[in-house]
Amino acid sequence: MSDASLRILVIDDNAVRASIIEDGLREAGLSDVTVIIEMRGLLRQIVEADPDVVFIDLENPNRDVLEQMFQVSRTVRRPVAMFVDRSDAASIEAAIDAGVSAYVVDGLRKERVKPILDMAISRFNAFNRLRDELEHAKQALEDRKVIDKAKGILMKTRGIGEEEAYALLRKTAMNESRRVADIAQGLVTASKLLG
Amino acid sequence: MTLSRPTAAETSAQSDETATLTIGFIPLVDCAILVAAAEKGFAEAEGLQLALVRETSWANIRDRAMLGHFDAAQMLAPLPIASTLGAGGHLQVPMVAPFSLGLGGNAITLSEQLWSALEADGAELSDGPEKTVGHLARHVARRKAEGRDPLTLATVYPFSGHNYELRYWLASGGIDPDRDVRLVVLPPPFMVDALAEGQVDGFCVGEPWNSLAVEKGVGVIAATKSALWRQGPDKVLGLRRRFAEEHPERLEALIRALYRAARWASDPGHLDELAGLLSRPAYVGGSPAVMQAALSGRITRRKGVASGEIPDFLVFHAHAANFPWQSHALWFYSQMVRWGQVPYRSEDLARVRQVYRPDIYRAALKSTDADLPNASAKVEGALKTPTPVASRSGRMVLGPDGFFDGRLFDPDDVEGYLRSIGVEV
Repeated sequence: MSDASLRILVIDDNAVRASIIEDGLREAGLSDVTVIIEMRGLLRQIVEADPDVVFIDLENPNRDVLEQMFQVSRTVRRPVAMFVDRSDAASIEAAIDAGVSAYVVDGLRKERVKPILDMAISRFNAFNRLRDELEHAKQALEDRKVIDKAKGILMKTRGIGEEEAYALLRKTAMNESRRVADIAQGLVTASKLLG
Repeated sequence: MTLSRPTAAETSAQSDETATLTIGFIPLVDCAILVAAAEKGFAEAEGLQLALVRETSWANIRDRAMLGHFDAAQMLAPLPIASTLGAGGHLQVPMVAPFSLGLGGNAITLSEQLWSALEADGAELSDGPEKTVGHLARHVARRKAEGRDPLTLATVYPFSGHNYELRYWLASGGIDPDRDVRLVVLPPPFMVDALAEGQVDGFCVGEPWNSLAVEKGVGVIAATKSALWRQGPDKVLGLRRRFAEEHPERLEALIRALYRAARWASDPGHLDELAGLLSRPAYVGGSPAVMQAALSGRITRRKGVASGEIPDFLVFHAHAANFPWQSHALWFYSQMVRWGQVPYRSEDLARVRQVYRPDIYRAALKSTDADLPNASAKVEGALKTPTPVASRSGRMVLGPDGFFDGRLFDPDDVEGYLRSIGVEV
């Protein structure tokens, strides 16, 4: 059995992340990848996929469901053990840091599964970075909006220009060791309260 | 979100003034002691800052506690034992349980439809567990005779009090839990919907999920844990043995904080406030009214049927509820053996006993006014009435405790117990 014939199952109700992992696995020459996004009838879907390796994201409460299924080997065809090797704490740690858990059918050699596990971990990490960047971008947009509002308030109440208003916000932020956006938010809130 | 690694052990090493302990929990009513310790100043008074991290699965709790992402966690009481023995094919990491987070709190809920079928057979809500399981056994036999699918019953995790109490109950009625019914695992938040949609016919879970099923009119509480095993343990504080050895002062401070938090949480005068805290989305979420019902034991077993207070439904502090009895650990081990989760090995008895740590509990509380029992294990099920036992103050009263079938569990004769329930050892 070549690696390409390994059946890999990805369980993730986040469709974007699931597809990122799926793409990565396919790029690495693993063509037999099944993705489960819909959690209904999970057991039936797993039995149908009959996987050698299962990846599930840690935020998914169905991890507990999965583990029991693997203990009851009558339901899923073969007994499954968690991770590559139960003594391999480093792999488990890396996977959990990335936010993924892996289950591997007993009897699969460690050296065959390790690269797949590493691939999944790096994909999970890539997704997390992507999400962080998105959060940052969102935050930056929110910040800009509130700063614009605060500038408007200052310009109106103090009769100053835009640049001067921003300089005032920045100076206050520096004096108080806070972010400009936080100072702006405070000003907007206060002005709402004062009507 | 992924928890980055330096949160646990490293941050707790930062300062001796206030140490931050990262503690994992699952959104269930019995995370109350942890929440009270963090929110009501009990941790602070011990120089601790608690970072409570909400988790979605017991597998996550187990892994993160094992890897040291968490300094400690709310755990199903058998979980530290399973981890110490390496049961279930997972990492084997020695764990300890120096504090019990409460007794009782679970219940077995059956679907309205199934309950109606039992009712047609003569079942009543006021029946004890023994009678109810008799009706259930007849129903199971009838289904089999008619060639219908077996009942599907859900629990929360293979190594859980829920799994063992459900199996104990079924087996006492002659129902083989591995053959006559299908036992599955479901995360607590999915239980009520699964019951409503007919995917499961019943479940055993902690509150508030039983009450929510009743409130929705889809389930009937057939038996509470307090009726199956009065004063039976359910959750513990679990952590790596290594942490206990490396940071004994910090652990003792945590135990003192939790002890006082448990006392606070069990005071009826704090019911409103505690229910309010727990219903915050960051903790359990949901309506304060449902929390209050579970916390006070005034739960409704069937929609529209008034029920009184259920004694000892959920015990946070009374009857030495926080004491980690080694007999509890050994009972859980006996059930793991009974249901084939681990092989019986007489040399494991000492290992199992040592997972539960009355010595740490005593060391932590010796400087306080807490009463401490002299014994570290007891015969489970022996107390039919409230009974005074030897303790530091001489005023400790335990029980009543016990299993609904009247069986005793002697921690010094696990083999005899196993043989008495038909397990070859």
